[in-house]
Amino acid sequence: MSDDLKHTPLFDLHAELGAKMVPFAGYAMPVQYPLGVMKEHLHTRARAGLFDVSHMGQVILRGADVAAAFETMVPVDVAGLAEGRQRYGFFTNDKGGIEDDLMFANRGDHLFVVVNAACKEADVALMRAALEPGVTVEVIEDRALLALQGPEAEDVLAGLNPAAREMRFMDVATLELVGADCWVSRSGYTGEDGYEISVPTDAVEALARALLAHEAVEPIGLGARDSLRLEAGLCLYGHDLTPDVTPVAGALTWAIQKIRRAGGDRAGGFPGADVILAQLSGGAAMRRVNLRPEGRAPMREGVQIFADETSDTPIGYVTSGAFGPTVEGPIAMGYVSWDLAEPDQRLYGEVRGKRLPVTVLAAPAFKSRYKK
Amino acid sequence: MKYTEEHEWLRVEDDVVVVGITAHAAEQLGDVVFVELPDEGTTVSKDDEVVVIESVKAASDILAPLDGEIVEVNGAIVDEPGKVNDDPEGEAWFFKMKIEDLSELDDYMDEAAYRKFIG
Repeated sequence: MSDDLKHTPLFDLHAELGAKMVPFAGYAMPVQYPLGVMKEHLHTRARAGLFDVSHMGQVILRGADVAAAFETMVPVDVAGLAEGRQRYGFFTNDKGGIEDDLMFANRGDHLFVVVNAACKEADVALMRAALEPGVTVEVIEDRALLALQGPEAEDVLAGLNPAAREMRFMDVATLELVGADCWVSRSGYTGEDGYEISVPTDAVEALARALLAHEAVEPIGLGARDSLRLEAGLCLYGHDLTPDVTPVAGALTWAIQKIRRAGGDRAGGFPGADVILAQLSGGAAMRRVNLRPEGRAPMREGVQIFADETSDTPIGYVTSGAFGPTVEGPIAMGYVSWDLAEPDQRLYGEVRGKRLPVTVLAAPAFKSRYKK
Repeated sequence: MKYTEEHEWLRVEDDVVVVGITAHAAEQLGDVVFVELPDEGTTVSKDDEVVVIESVKAASDILAPLDGEIVEVNGAIVDEPGKVNDDPEGEAWFFKMKIEDLSELDDYMDEAAYRKFIG
């Protein structure tokens, strides 16, 4: 593997655990451990999995009007987010497309933002341009990020600090873990209950080892992270969401609160608001849907989707496709014509020259188990 | 047993050649989740794509190692693709083919050469 790849602070631990490393967003990251993708996936659903997500970007925004300022970048209610709570959002562009999706938390005197690894430099540039000088944009370089996911995540983390039990889905708190102040959110990206933990770099290995010492916990690589999030219907930026896709086409309208929509007290005021607000009432040309191929053949990214077995013109395409170990069959996500993006609609994906039936799902193949 | 550079193993049983993938290949592929086999009775040419195999990571093709006719396929691995990981060089064979001239097998690697090939 190329030497110019960046390492997370757990690089040596991954090697010790027998990880297979791959390049991802400029980092050498574990794609799987000796357990293998399928068993890692099932283990996370059954017990608890530990993920190194230190490649993601962590940013603190501070300033007197930080919430109002951040609202000029995202079509989301920032000012109304209570202290100690986290919310999903996305940066939009002038065409209404999505530049990145993100999580942000109200941590009292600042907002804590977590962005995707592949976009973090661009996101920071975007934030500096939009927010400075009124808001300071501080990129956090001295903290790693772990995710602990699965039905036993609560028991495992409560073993290190009982206060973990008191948190509910999307709560954030500072918890002392292995002697270090950690910024913990009860969230994740697998469809499971769990936590994301921002931990000082000098404590991350001790924390990872303390979590892995629990018999319920296995290290989980990016391979299983991808199938876990796809089963749960969660988007992967750069694949399921792009600068050309609006939140309406991307089926993310649930993340745009009423207050930012037409008629709301703080309607619009974000990049591409004209396009997005119009689409909120009128719809878009295409819409993102969760798909379930009927047979066993996976439909991977790039597979074209047709309305029937004979028509020449595709009406959609797959943006993520894999085998779902929990649902024991292929699963996919993609974009189809707005009028065909209806639950139970039967469509056809073209795989190796054959049109294979695929059904639009009413809900993700795996129902998320958040602790609300 | 003979081996191809495509990581297939070839075993002569009476007058047919049994074809599967090596343990090394199965490990590299990761968990196999889908296998599509040719129809029995299909005539194939060397390097035709005869089998599609998909793992949790990606799709790959398996090529016909020789000219010949597919005389039997292993439906058990279609029903349970995971067998390819469990027993790739035994129970999880892919297909049997009849070939004109068994001496064509001589061009392929023996076990020692294959071990060297995969390093």
